[in-house]
Amino acid sequence: MGQSAILDESGQKDRGARMTGTAHAVDMRGIVKHFGGVKALQGVDFQVESGEIHALLGGNGAGKSTILKVLNGVHVPDEGTIEICGSRITAMSPEASRKAGVAMIFQEMSLIPTLSVAQNVYLTREAKTGSGLIDDRVAEHKAGELFDMLEVDVNPKALVGDLGAGQRQLTEIVKAISQDARVLVLDEPSTALSLSDVERLFVFLRKLKANGVAIIYVSHRMDEIARIADRATILRDGRHVITAPLSELPIDTMIEHIVGKRSKGLSDVARETAQLGEALLELVGVSGIHKPRNISLTVHRGEVLGLAGLLGSGRSSLARVIAGIDPVASGEIRVAGTPVQINRPKDAIDARIALVPEARATQGIIGAHSVATNISMAVLDHLSTRSVMNARAVRETADHQIKHLSIKTASRDHAVSTLSGGNQQKVVIGKWLAADPDILILDEPTAGIDIGSKSEIIRLVRDLAKSGKAVLIISSELSELLAACDRIVVMSEGRAAGTYPRHALDDPGLPADDTLHQLQAAEQKLQFHIQEALKHQGNAHVQQ
Amino acid sequence: MSNSENVSLRPGIATRIGLANWRQYIIYIGFAVIFVIFALTLNDKGFLNPNNLLNIVRQTAMIAVMAIAMTFVLSAGEIDLSVGAVAGLASVTTAMAIDAGGLFFGVAAGLSTGIAVGVFNGLLTTRIGIPSFLTTLAMMGIAKGVAMWISDTSAVPIIEPAYSWLFGGGSIGIVPVLLIWMVGLGVIGHFVLKRTSFGRRVLATGGGETAARYSGIDTSSVKFRVLILSSMAAALAGMFYAGRLQSGRFQLGEGDELSVIAAAVLGGTSLFGGYGTVIGTIVGALMIGLINNGLILMGLEFSQQLIARGGIIILAVALSQKRT
Repeated sequence: MGQSAILDESGQKDRGARMTGTAHAVDMRGIVKHFGGVKALQGVDFQVESGEIHALLGGNGAGKSTILKVLNGVHVPDEGTIEICGSRITAMSPEASRKAGVAMIFQEMSLIPTLSVAQNVYLTREAKTGSGLIDDRVAEHKAGELFDMLEVDVNPKALVGDLGAGQRQLTEIVKAISQDARVLVLDEPSTALSLSDVERLFVFLRKLKANGVAIIYVSHRMDEIARIADRATILRDGRHVITAPLSELPIDTMIEHIVGKRSKGLSDVARETAQLGEALLELVGVSGIHKPRNISLTVHRGEVLGLAGLLGSGRSSLARVIAGIDPVASGEIRVAGTPVQINRPKDAIDARIALVPEARATQGIIGAHSVATNISMAVLDHLSTRSVMNARAVRETADHQIKHLSIKTASRDHAVSTLSGGNQQKVVIGKWLAADPDILILDEPTAGIDIGSKSEIIRLVRDLAKSGKAVLIISSELSELLAACDRIVVMSEGRAAGTYPRHALDDPGLPADDTLHQLQAAEQKLQFHIQEALKHQGNAHVQQ
Repeated sequence: MSNSENVSLRPGIATRIGLANWRQYIIYIGFAVIFVIFALTLNDKGFLNPNNLLNIVRQTAMIAVMAIAMTFVLSAGEIDLSVGAVAGLASVTTAMAIDAGGLFFGVAAGLSTGIAVGVFNGLLTTRIGIPSFLTTLAMMGIAKGVAMWISDTSAVPIIEPAYSWLFGGGSIGIVPVLLIWMVGLGVIGHFVLKRTSFGRRVLATGGGETAARYSGIDTSSVKFRVLILSSMAAALAGMFYAGRLQSGRFQLGEGDELSVIAAAVLGGTSLFGGYGTVIGTIVGALMIGLINNGLILMGLEFSQQLIARGGIIILAVALSQKRT
């Protein structure tokens, strides 16, 4: 209970003494973790010292989140040892990890919005009066002292629901510190924050560092890493690549280590120059309520256009605006040259636009319903006569998509939730192909599915374009965009920062048939463009 | 997709499907078991007497009709607590309208009462965004208050034999008219839920509202319509009560909402939306009627009946829960 050991003098001395005897704050060695046949971690070493900010970097599927979940006790490693602050943890569990002093700050924050800041900080450890009743005033007082000591400007009496994202995050961190956290894990902490909130966060993190807390910082934003981190560890394909001080890792070296060599899966996808037809989808200065801002772009028949950018750059918002889920604030959407009004999803479907949304589980499928029911969901009117469903048409539509997309399911009547992630995604795609759209938007279509299904879906995207559709695809995996797209638009802060034809990203110095290295080189170039766009946006903000 | 993945999934799916099926049919098994037990133990008290069995149907018809519509409401992820009070209100408006303008005027007034309440519930739920739990809870009080007010808390007699025959006491041969109503509405309800695009939209809305919305389904309109459907069914049930008792009273249908929801859930409809079965609901309603009848024949006191009925319902629902 009481105040954190980190915060009182004697505690710090203790830690100092322990530091001199070689104990790392985190010492993970030879961590191996398999999921079914997939090797997520293949003998990874990861050490973090007290009083340092350590960046953990890697592309999607590199093993970042897996190793953090091992540290957090969510996943039990198949092999390897874990020591936290010098003590060996044998039976790893979320509870054991927390007791050892590891605190994970989640993106979806764990605070209860209807309780006050103080009530949240001391949740389940409430201060009691002599008669055993909860005494909020004591909690508020203690929280106030804690916030003062850490120089965090948050009112302990305020309701968490009334706080901004930045203050909420600081509260969350203070809560962890008050529970004696000695290792703090921050996963993409800046995504939801404004620039000034990020500054405040950085000041706070430096203060915690000076107090001897070990901080693990995960972010895609290289500019942030360069400013805040002392050292970095880079993972790739489940292996440890390098751990080095930031001074020895310029940004381009970091990117090279992160991107590395790709599995041949994606570099294999044949990329012919598409036969472009007329403009099918045109956006003229389209803005949403918040994002996107003033987007103009054109997608032609037979073309695959990619949207690249970081989380929160406005790619998904743009997709939702086009599909009629989020409202259009201004600008014009034209389909095959004709301006269309899209106020609701039905309007988009009528304009032959389909969106395969980003959150498969909530937005894409109804897991408890059958494959056939899901596939027919967007075309109920076509499959019924005077609103009586034609059972045969439903079966045929489902079977056609199951066959066409090679969906692996025991039968069309099985619940979608029993399928693997890749096959669930194919069900969502099948649902929209059944509506025979001209314009197909795919938002992170390969998120959370294995590499085999990934390249299958990318091939499918190419085939759909070839068959005369216009495709807009969003992906955080650059290699995937590069394999699928004819042109790529880089987005940042809701705006389009630049458009790059795919061939402009090729490296003329490499042989054209060396697809593997070409893909690797293109990925590095694209990563640079994304980082550049970020920097410009950052500067623009400071100037405002 | 590796083959190993499929192989490893197969036994898991098989057992899960098998288990799910078993639990799905628990209501039918339970109905049969209870029927057999009563038939064996209460035969000497006239349980199997055709008159007694038809009585069960007559007493259950109102609950069943409301529960058919409730199946749609629950499937869409909503709830309607106002059905009992609306039945009482409709019985009063129907009786008063028959008195003023005859049979057709009375029927029109009863159904209009249902539509009006449904539109009100639907607008508050879909346009203003008050959860249907609260909208219909408030409506429960309003409907009862209006019924008490316009009837001056006294019974309004119905002197119209044709009405009473059609909406309550009549029978064709030995088949009670109420049984025909129940079966007819049940068949229509089952067909609409399982075989029309509207039914599919209802299930999709309750199964995953976001996914349904992304698929172009107007989920607000779906909720609006199921709430109207429910109020109309409640009004119809109220008219049946009025027909049987040849009078409209505000107390008719009081507390029925709980039996109605219990019937639907017993039948296998999910309280949280996405799954519903009209046939199960009707069997659920009949089972509640069966239990009531059996407990009375056993000679239990009212207090003991309440306890036994609660226990049986808890047991049945507990058995039908899917383990996750």
